[in-house]
Amino acid sequence: MDLERTKLPGIGLQHVMTTARGRQLGVISHRTGRRDLVVYDKEDPDSCIATVALTVEEANAIAELLGTGRVLEHLAELQRQVGGLNTEQLPITPGSPYDGRPLGDTRARTRTSASIVAVVRDKRIIPSPTPDFTFTAGDYVVVVGTTEGTTAVARILTDG
Amino acid sequence: MHSTLQLIEIGAIILALGLLGAVSNRFSISPIPLYLIAGLAFGTGGIYPLTTSEDFISIGSEIGVILLLFTLGLEYTADELVGTLRTSAPVGLADLVLNAAPGVIVALLLGWGPVAAVAMGGITYVTSSGITAKVMGDLGWLGNRETPAVLSILVFEDLAMAVYLPILTALLAGVGLVSGSITLAIAAATITVILIIALRFGSLVERFVHSPNEEVLLLKVLGLTLLVAGVAQQLQVSAAVGAFLVGIALSGSLAHTAQKLLAPLRDLFAAVFFVFFGLHTDPGDLPPVLLIAAALAIAGIATKMGSGWLAARHAGVTVTGRLRAGAALVPRGEFNIVIAGLAVSAGINPELGPLAAAYVLILAVAGPILARGTEPFAARLRHKRARRNGRVPQTDDDVPLTTPNGALTEPGEPSAPDTSAPDTSDADDESLTGR
Repeated sequence: MDLERTKLPGIGLQHVMTTARGRQLGVISHRTGRRDLVVYDKEDPDSCIATVALTVEEANAIAELLGTGRVLEHLAELQRQVGGLNTEQLPITPGSPYDGRPLGDTRARTRTSASIVAVVRDKRIIPSPTPDFTFTAGDYVVVVGTTEGTTAVARILTDG
Repeated sequence: MHSTLQLIEIGAIILALGLLGAVSNRFSISPIPLYLIAGLAFGTGGIYPLTTSEDFISIGSEIGVILLLFTLGLEYTADELVGTLRTSAPVGLADLVLNAAPGVIVALLLGWGPVAAVAMGGITYVTSSGITAKVMGDLGWLGNRETPAVLSILVFEDLAMAVYLPILTALLAGVGLVSGSITLAIAAATITVILIIALRFGSLVERFVHSPNEEVLLLKVLGLTLLVAGVAQQLQVSAAVGAFLVGIALSGSLAHTAQKLLAPLRDLFAAVFFVFFGLHTDPGDLPPVLLIAAALAIAGIATKMGSGWLAARHAGVTVTGRLRAGAALVPRGEFNIVIAGLAVSAGINPELGPLAAAYVLILAVAGPILARGTEPFAARLRHKRARRNGRVPQTDDDVPLTTPNGALTEPGEPSAPDTSAPDTSDADDESLTGR
């Protein structure tokens, strides 16, 4: 991945990224905190076809959505901050009773007071899955809670 | 009763400026030409000459120039200036030579003499960084590949102004060679001292100015700026340059806050400055110089297109971007009037004021319009259908992936955790730190 950084005197900084498909995306970081999301023209990589101005909060929200890795980062951070909080990645094995069933069926939070905060599927992370999210074998469930809680969730996922 | 009349007049002028500003917003053009026209209308030979509030307008216009340059200086950090000088000096110099030439040539052809030629060179040279930045923002050009090159030219020009204004002031004062050299040496020394303070001891200045209370900060910043500007004027450097350098000395969050606090004041007094310049120009003097102004404006468009072309080519940008860069640089505005104002108040050729006014009026309006027309024009140049509002959606589905087996992976990306032993310490290592 190729990310180039250019100074914009009087305005701030510009980062442009070229994707594997050859498209270019950029972010202009204004000194005022404003962020512009810039999409470049396919035909003419010198020109941008769209510029979207984002406030600090909006930019953060987009970053969260794009960089779901941040979820796990936050968890690790939480774990450092809060003693006694435990994060586990639990596999949905092919024989699991929840293979093909929605998350809501596990009633994990009610039964163990631990929370399912994300699911890792095919190297992608799905943050905050809803109760109707359906597990398939091969998923990894990220659970946060006390040590007893996460162990209990592990038992639920394997034995039902 | 005198002061009452003054109040009424000042109020009427500022209210009129507000209404004109509303008009300029409505059509999204720069208000500068409208302020100039207002000044022309209320000044000598205008439709309704206002004379009582002369004192206020004249001191207000000086403060306007100082604040214009101070806020301009705030935009830049000292490092940026030095960095720009290193990287874009050749293009910047080409821009200077190209664009100063028409003004110098015309002044010499008209037989105005060398000093007026130096002033005219400055008037045709400088791009209005304010209008240009706004146009680029409005048209969504900030992300374009040629933009850094355009901005570098603006920085270079502003720096060139810091050198040029003291020289011009010395020349206009009509000093001899010896005393002129001394004046220039003092000016150069002053600039150097302020720049060194800005680069090395910027933090000290900031510590001195800094205050958590906005009111205190405003008074400190405004006081310091006017004081340094006055001292600079005393040392023959020109108040504007002193203010510019104070702006450069302040950076970081303090610069932001100062920018925010002073923007309303700057807008008010800068508007007063443009009116002041218009007041001192007799509209009756405009028609005779109109032809020359139009010719200069056409030359000014051509030379700036040249500058933009060079700068963008230097940055490795293709034709569309080169045209855009040129068009973005066309607007002239505040600085050109500042230079003309200096020349006029020094009692140079009486035709210079009206000529500068007409020139700026044309280019401040024509520049943004030209910029708007650039992309369709460039598209036609490329023998494509000019883009209409309905764009063709640009998805990536038709583009083959360049990575093998279609997985957009890269080193450092986490894989699914190891099934054998999902224990917490591993889980931490799995965290996708994108840094």
